[in-house]
Amino acid sequence: MDLLRFATAGSVDDGKSTLIGRLLLDSKAIFEDQLAAVEATSASKGYDYTDLALLTDGLRSEREQGITIDVAYRYFATPTRKFIIADTPGHVQYTRNMVTGASTADLGLVLVDARHGLTEQSRRHAVLLSLLRVPHLVLAVNKMDLVDYSAERFEEIKREFSAFATKLTIPDLTVIPISALKGDNVVTRSANMPWYDGSSLLHHLENVHVASDRDLRDARFPVQYVVRPKSDEHHDYRGYAGQVAGGVFKAGDDVVVLPSGMPATIAGIDLFDREVTEAYPPMSVTIRLNEDVDVSRGDLIARPNNQPAVTQDVDAMVAWMSTTPLRPRQKLLVKHTTRTVKALVKELDYRLDVNTLHRDLEAGELGVNEIGRVRLRTQQPLLLDPYSRNRTTGAFILIDEATGVTVGAGMVND
Amino acid sequence: MSVTHPDYRLSQLDQLEAESIHIFREVAAEFEKPVLMFSGGKDSIVMLRLAEKAFYPAKVPFPVLQVDTGYDFPEVLACRDEWVARLGLRLIVASVEEAIATGVVVDDGRTTRNRMQIGTLLNAIETEGFTAAFGGGRRDEEKARAKERVYSHRDEFGQWDPKNQRPELWSLFNGRIHEGEHMRIFPLSNWTELDIWHYLDREQISIPSIYFSHQRRVFERDGMLLSESEHNPLRAGEVAEERTVRFRTVGDLTLTGCVESTAATTAEIIDEIAVARVTERGATRGDDRFSEAAMEDRKKEGYF
Repeated sequence: MDLLRFATAGSVDDGKSTLIGRLLLDSKAIFEDQLAAVEATSASKGYDYTDLALLTDGLRSEREQGITIDVAYRYFATPTRKFIIADTPGHVQYTRNMVTGASTADLGLVLVDARHGLTEQSRRHAVLLSLLRVPHLVLAVNKMDLVDYSAERFEEIKREFSAFATKLTIPDLTVIPISALKGDNVVTRSANMPWYDGSSLLHHLENVHVASDRDLRDARFPVQYVVRPKSDEHHDYRGYAGQVAGGVFKAGDDVVVLPSGMPATIAGIDLFDREVTEAYPPMSVTIRLNEDVDVSRGDLIARPNNQPAVTQDVDAMVAWMSTTPLRPRQKLLVKHTTRTVKALVKELDYRLDVNTLHRDLEAGELGVNEIGRVRLRTQQPLLLDPYSRNRTTGAFILIDEATGVTVGAGMVND
Repeated sequence: MSVTHPDYRLSQLDQLEAESIHIFREVAAEFEKPVLMFSGGKDSIVMLRLAEKAFYPAKVPFPVLQVDTGYDFPEVLACRDEWVARLGLRLIVASVEEAIATGVVVDDGRTTRNRMQIGTLLNAIETEGFTAAFGGGRRDEEKARAKERVYSHRDEFGQWDPKNQRPELWSLFNGRIHEGEHMRIFPLSNWTELDIWHYLDREQISIPSIYFSHQRRVFERDGMLLSESEHNPLRAGEVAEERTVRFRTVGDLTLTGCVESTAATTAEIIDEIAVARVTERGATRGDDRFSEAAMEDRKKEGYF
């Protein structure tokens, strides 16, 4: 059984919560007591239907306001795949939450209301998913029941979206007509839309091929923790623990430790109490080296002929998440892989309008939920790859040193 | 576990394991004084197993903390002691009884021991100066937990503010805290109940015997089967009788219900769970039933 993480974008009005509720219900991930609670709440609110959205709006304030204010994670499984849903709020003031949910997603699911077609919000969601390099995108045209299951209306929205998507980086786009409320094309193919010959949403989610989305070319191993038992039994053991961020490491490989550039060879790779012949993402292993080189947390093990950039100058797209704006000359902390360093904002090249892709070169600052191209200078070198090549070694977070809060997310430019 | 796949894929269980091990190592590297909150239940045992794997062949570099309600199942305490001994860990027991005696928490006769764990726990964290506390919480357990972060920031009062959570991106965890604050860490965030059981089945590690089918004298209350015990006096009309049961969660025995079951192995339990139609908490945890927002309220106060 494998795993698919997907992020849903869209607003309550688009029927997002209803769709998730429907997926959970029809894949039997909802239990009787959960459904009973939702039915009781629906009845007490005087609804004449079961509001499946209540299954997913977890916090009291959300239930009261009927909106989703934070990323919520949901789980369901079918016989072939386990799914983790990052359910993200659709409103512009929660862009940061959508960026958060999309950061780990293999697939993005954007909902639109068939009656209204593409809105500024659906475009923004597609832009964010593209920026975060979510490899697969599904546009679900919802509420088809309200447009008489019209093939023409569906094709119109599909054309409009495809035209917009040409400006983005979306390697794989699928468009599916659904009705979350009635269940059309959610789990099973709908008899109401014989003109649609694609698969149902769940069938697509179960079968979309995600194994090739990882970077298996560039061997990258950020050292997280040095294991030194210093016990009688393991007196001389010295292992470098971490999670493989890219490529494949094998025992016997020639490697280089960065940023020092010291060459070494892999003596063995340990997975708990066993040795393994090779390690690849996202395995958490412990690498032992033959040479007695100085390696510590924050270093990165790579191959001599394929190394990340070792640099103090970072050029990245930054999604800003704090109500205090980002401005040039500001000092921040950068956490990149296992390395945390001080950084200075050198310049803001432009602010990106996430609705139109317009670049505002005059922007003097980035406000909350805004995205822009930023240049940073770090106090120590970082070991960077472009985000387009590796979503682990190309990503970083920005932390405000005074408050300790995460204030931004960065994606290294090519 | 077979790790060499022709196309370099990992099963979802291996992915969850790798992710959790990454979290343990990250916390050990970044926090001065971590501690693992250990209830003796299956989730905290899975946590211990993952911690063991994360640092092997070195010892787990932090102690374990258990909040003893005074109403814990003896089988659970026995299992706890077995694990602590095997891994050579330091065990800190924070006792609710003691907290009541010293006035840390107030026993008004109406508050459950489970609820009194909050003050007891926060007091222990503060007294020992822990800066990070691993908990076995899973996002699939309950609606309010669905929004929980892996690193859950708690203020100097130990409280959780669901509207003011730090964004958590990729697998880049922000462990910065101020004096007096601490971080709750949930390495099992993305595991489901079924994942936990599959993992226990795969690892073949010891868990408390009450998870498996056994004979027990039980009585019915509020639609739950509760253990007959001196801490749980029978009320009018309640009758205790011997039944074949197992527990799906372990906690305060006055509140934790069991289910009738003949499942005697992890594999048999998995078969039962796969067709279960009621969530584990909803069915067997009286403490989550008090209100629609019971868990959310307890989390805000500083519960696990």
